[in-house]
Amino acid sequence: MLKFIAWRLLQFPLTLAAVYLITFTLAWVAPGSPFDRGERNLPPEVLEAIKQSMHASSAWEFLAYYPYNIIVNGDFGYSFNYEEWTVNDILAAALPVSVTIGLFGLTFAVIFGVALGTLAAVRRGSALDWLSLGIAIVGISLPGFVTAALLLVMFAVRWPIFPVGGFGSFREVILPGIAVGLMPMAYIARLTRVSMLEVLSSDYIRTARAKGLSRMRVISHHALRNAFLPVLSYLGPATAATLTGSFVVEQVFNLPGLGQHFVNSVRNRDQTLILGTVMVYSLILLTMNLLVDIAYAWVDPRIDLEEKKTA
Amino acid sequence: MSVAPAESLHSPVERPVSPGRMALHRARESGRLLWGGGFLLVMLILCLGSLPWTTSRERASSLYFDHQDTSRSYAQPSTGDVSLLLGADRLGRSLLGRALAGGAISLGIGVMAAGVAVLLGLTVGLLAGFAGGWVDNLLMRLVDVLYSLPYVLMVILIKIALEPALAGLMPSQAANLVVLFLAIGLVSWLTMARVVRGQVLSLRSQPFVEAAAALGLPRYRILLRHVLPNLAGPVIIYATLTVPQAILQESFLSFLGIGIQPPMPTWGLLASEGLADGLNPVNSRAWLLVVPCALLALTLLSLNFVGDALRDILDPRREQEKL
Repeated sequence: MLKFIAWRLLQFPLTLAAVYLITFTLAWVAPGSPFDRGERNLPPEVLEAIKQSMHASSAWEFLAYYPYNIIVNGDFGYSFNYEEWTVNDILAAALPVSVTIGLFGLTFAVIFGVALGTLAAVRRGSALDWLSLGIAIVGISLPGFVTAALLLVMFAVRWPIFPVGGFGSFREVILPGIAVGLMPMAYIARLTRVSMLEVLSSDYIRTARAKGLSRMRVISHHALRNAFLPVLSYLGPATAATLTGSFVVEQVFNLPGLGQHFVNSVRNRDQTLILGTVMVYSLILLTMNLLVDIAYAWVDPRIDLEEKKTA
Repeated sequence: MSVAPAESLHSPVERPVSPGRMALHRARESGRLLWGGGFLLVMLILCLGSLPWTTSRERASSLYFDHQDTSRSYAQPSTGDVSLLLGADRLGRSLLGRALAGGAISLGIGVMAAGVAVLLGLTVGLLAGFAGGWVDNLLMRLVDVLYSLPYVLMVILIKIALEPALAGLMPSQAANLVVLFLAIGLVSWLTMARVVRGQVLSLRSQPFVEAAAALGLPRYRILLRHVLPNLAGPVIIYATLTVPQAILQESFLSFLGIGIQPPMPTWGLLASEGLADGLNPVNSRAWLLVVPCALLALTLLSLNFVGDALRDILDPRREQEKL
């Protein structure tokens, strides 16, 4: 187990370096520089001074200096677009917002998704089954901006149960959290239902029932553990995606989260912020995938992690 | 054992059913395939069949997607005029016409993006699975790395990076369309590559491929005649499931304002345009939001249904119900 974790951790820097290279290349191939902005062009001397302070006189100088600064100082430098801010400051301000909302959304998604999927599988063909199908349809096949806006209009405007937007109190987290968690919830409900149906028809469940255990106990103690495995592997990427925020939800609820930077950094050709956002996302994703693999071995002791390493 | 009478030679013997026949039988039984496929077919015929009316200015058709008529601003859905069947938007443009033209574009982008994803995923997967060794290792690590890049940011970045390269080659509207499905396709091929590679690896060790190799067939022939046909199942399934993803991705890009450029419509663009009018609590024009959303949801649902049904049909080992 420890060997497996160490091996995976050793791969982190390699993967991150590759991620860095790909992003850097794409960001520099993309046309347009943050320094030319149509009408409010700076005088050339000022521009040169700014570029020099950022070690960006040429792409080559930047190429050499920038990774050095990231690795040694953990510093992504100044944002090209918001010159007063460093990328680190921007990320540090935005990440807690997204993580708070994402954690709430994820908890919501797992609890309701698993519950709904299990109920749908146990009462197959019933109204509950259809309800779970309906929620899955809404979650999977409607664009996020529609569901988020619908939630806002329903529960903040028409029935003002929750505040319209902003970030600070717990009440303000609920609605955007649900909006973020809706799609993962739909997926989780679907995954749980399918794997639950499979598990419930397996021999060991019949044996457990034959021993005289109650239906409830068999489902909660015997079936759920195995039915949860596909959900678990989905949770790696899903956690990374929800924790780093959603542009749409932040737009609708007016939140200062990280999701906006995934879109705006590219729009503003803010190369340093692009790199910072991508690296943070990749790091979270890699960590989540590692945690999921460890949790996998914990939930299902038959899985041998050491074996996976060589495969 | 008694001697069998002569006619028993022709008596119905339990003939082995071919996998193809079995699949066909299951396809006819599958409600999801019939409903999903039927809906998609009707949608396709409607959207493509109405293109002469929805895209031509010359016919002076009130269904033309950019036919503005301020006297019909926010006209409610009514049965009197065909073009007002689904109402009209702020500029008095027929929502029916825009929804039909938008459907053609949305579906087109979805299919083309899925095509790009299939082509790329198939190539990489085949190469990795067939070459093995360091090529396999390199390609699969590359896929791992690309998996850890944020999807949203990459689509936008690729779209912006590709735009100037294509803008010189064709008119700007066409270039925008091509860049759009290329960008979506370029971020959607990873799962396909993994699936194809896994399939190739398992096929490679099967007796019939070994037999073909023992017969001395060249590698490309084994690849084309023996491995590729056996990949059709998973490839079709994942292609079907990629189309709804691509359509949804396009709607997101439209919401950001970097998808298809107005006045051209797509369902995603119509939904994001209708958002303000449809949800206005004071003076709601619900149809402007409900129509594109319903079309999107039903189409995506049908595509998912068809994909899942195909999975059950083409892969006999997986006989579970999805969704």
